[in-house]
Amino acid sequence: MAQPSGNAHFHDRIERNVLLMMVLSLLVVSIGGLVQIVPLFFVESTIEKVEGMRPYTPLELIGRNIYQREGCYLCHSQQIRPFRDEAERYGHYSLAAESMYDHPFQWGSKRTGPDLARVGGKYSDEWHTAHLIDPRSIVPESVMPPYGFLARNGLDDNDIADHLKALRVVGVPYTDEMIAKAGQDVRAQLDPDADNAAFLARYPKAVIRKFDTSNPKMATELDALVAYLQMMGTLVDFTRYDARANQR
Amino acid sequence: MTASTMAGNPAETGQGYDDDVIRFLVAATMFWGVVGMLAGLVIALQLAYPLLNLDLPWTTFGRLRPVHTSGVIFAFGGNALLATSFYVVQRTCRARLWGGNLAWFVAWGYQTFIVLAASGYVFGITQAKEYAEPEWYTDLWLTVVWVAYLAVFVGTLVRRREPHIYVANWFYLAFIITIAMLHIINNLAVPVSFTGAKSYSAFAGVQDALTQWWYGHNAVGFFLTAGFLGMMYYFIPKQAQRPVYSYRLSIMHFWSLIFIYIWAGPHHLHYTALPDWAQTLGMTFSIMLWMPSWGGMINGLMTLSGAWDKLRTDPILRILVVSVAFYGMATFEGPLMSIKAVNGLSHYTDWTIGHVHSGALGWVGFVTFGAVYYLVPRLWGQPRLYSLKLVNIHFWVATIGIVLYITAMWISGILQGLMWRAYDTLGFLQYSFVETVEAMHPFYVIRALGGGLYLIGAIIMVYNLIQTVRGRQRVEAPIGAPTAAVAAA
Repeated sequence: MAQPSGNAHFHDRIERNVLLMMVLSLLVVSIGGLVQIVPLFFVESTIEKVEGMRPYTPLELIGRNIYQREGCYLCHSQQIRPFRDEAERYGHYSLAAESMYDHPFQWGSKRTGPDLARVGGKYSDEWHTAHLIDPRSIVPESVMPPYGFLARNGLDDNDIADHLKALRVVGVPYTDEMIAKAGQDVRAQLDPDADNAAFLARYPKAVIRKFDTSNPKMATELDALVAYLQMMGTLVDFTRYDARANQR
Repeated sequence: MTASTMAGNPAETGQGYDDDVIRFLVAATMFWGVVGMLAGLVIALQLAYPLLNLDLPWTTFGRLRPVHTSGVIFAFGGNALLATSFYVVQRTCRARLWGGNLAWFVAWGYQTFIVLAASGYVFGITQAKEYAEPEWYTDLWLTVVWVAYLAVFVGTLVRRREPHIYVANWFYLAFIITIAMLHIINNLAVPVSFTGAKSYSAFAGVQDALTQWWYGHNAVGFFLTAGFLGMMYYFIPKQAQRPVYSYRLSIMHFWSLIFIYIWAGPHHLHYTALPDWAQTLGMTFSIMLWMPSWGGMINGLMTLSGAWDKLRTDPILRILVVSVAFYGMATFEGPLMSIKAVNGLSHYTDWTIGHVHSGALGWVGFVTFGAVYYLVPRLWGQPRLYSLKLVNIHFWVATIGIVLYITAMWISGILQGLMWRAYDTLGFLQYSFVETVEAMHPFYVIRALGGGLYLIGAIIMVYNLIQTVRGRQRVEAPIGAPTAAVAAA
């Protein structure tokens, strides 16, 4: 082998010293992440407040947790790109603020099924209920798994207040009142006949109705999942959104 | 002074190398490999024939897909990394594993992690972050195991009887350190209660997205690349009986690879709400990554200089070399797909799945198979493998499987991407979404066939290894010999 040059000689020292090699490696692999991730906590376009965004209602949150539990994110994205075809198929491109309360984010990486970022209000509750129980009864070519068991599972909201508390720790602005009333807010959102004024004051624009149309009597996991699906992408009013507001 | 003349060389003292734990980890590698690949075949068939979801909570695609990904990445790949790193670090340092039974704690602790994670997925316990699905308690357990792993590895490096740390160990060390960093930061979360499984990620939205793909892409970069490059740098020179092609290229390869890889995560978030500057940085570094990747590929392939004829007669070397060729192909395709204009078409489609599998099946799978074929006769004290013919059959069955898999995914991915953006003459979207789903069906069937062949190859390998361990040797003519000599078989 040729005589080692200055550089090779320097590397010789690293190769003889475990600690030096560890420290240098850690340094080298730290830089990229620091440069890319840290600014996201300060740059305006990633932390802007957009009118209409609110934390999930307790029922929607349970639905979102079921969405995660069943791995929906593995086939459905929640992130619309600024392309003409996506705008026509799914709606306005997604804003950072629209997932500001999403712990974790559910943007996804694959569209085996369509994007769901703005699926709220696009189909009826009856459609969602039938489709989730047996997708091919509505869409014969679908490859989605059937989720009939969600309509058979009763809604478990025993520890919902603890969920809100945990989310408050990571930065979601749930108030003491929201936490205290979490359990009864689950039921309130499913019952249009009850007095819902206080609930609506806590969660503006929340939709109140029985979502699982296959089970008129029992509150089910399907209720929560459909409640979540029906609110997705509905909070921001894009007729009033100013895209230039966050340009600096 | 050569190390073999020094007193206390474990190869010469009665103490020897600590190989019991490696035998266990090699067996675990093959066991989880078959389990993880089988899970992959099941979910591939579910996409072609959705009835196979069985209408049960535990058998839906959404719950089984993480069983497949964690099964092949962390269980198959992870055990292969543990086994080979323990083997390589002892041989290249001429030192016994440090820490006594700590290596056994790592081995059993890691299997516990796998069982905790996979059983959780089936019951719906998940953080819902791709490749970081295990919940907080499983993450904490893995952190403990990983620190012990670092201690065993570094402890062994420290007691080495060679002046230099061999290049394979640089890659293993960087892999262990970086995975620790990624794992801890990406999994920061607040549990709902200490008696329940559920937790909420510390980050939200765009911050969570980039942290996740910083983690996710470097699970590829460090778990599935750096660690396995450690294997390449040991087992290819050993099997070819040639020195590594270029020492200088190794240095360049190592430092540029680990520096650049970390920046590539944002290419998973092109055209999303992530700021443009971050997307552009991610794209730029992803394209730059092509160079160190191919530098490494060249270093691996050129190690065969003067020994290319062995490819005709040694199917183990052939598997190792083809793995490096797949590494080169996947690391060319990756930078291509990171270009925003290309990504606009490929993202969210099966092209990504095809890309991942040319890396996973071709590179990670094959380099592991080659290493395990090398290790088993040596670890179990047998003169050779039971059958090289079976190795050859494994190679061809698996290669045909990979080709079917990735071509099916290229076609379905590009087809679906083009269908999504197709307009008719009146200016309306030409296809409904479900028409594009329907168009995928034949390719999903071909993909399942390709995956099935790959699994069959792995089962042939397991049979071959079991026979080897039992001390059997099949009488067969040497591969590549004139056909007249085959009569002996």
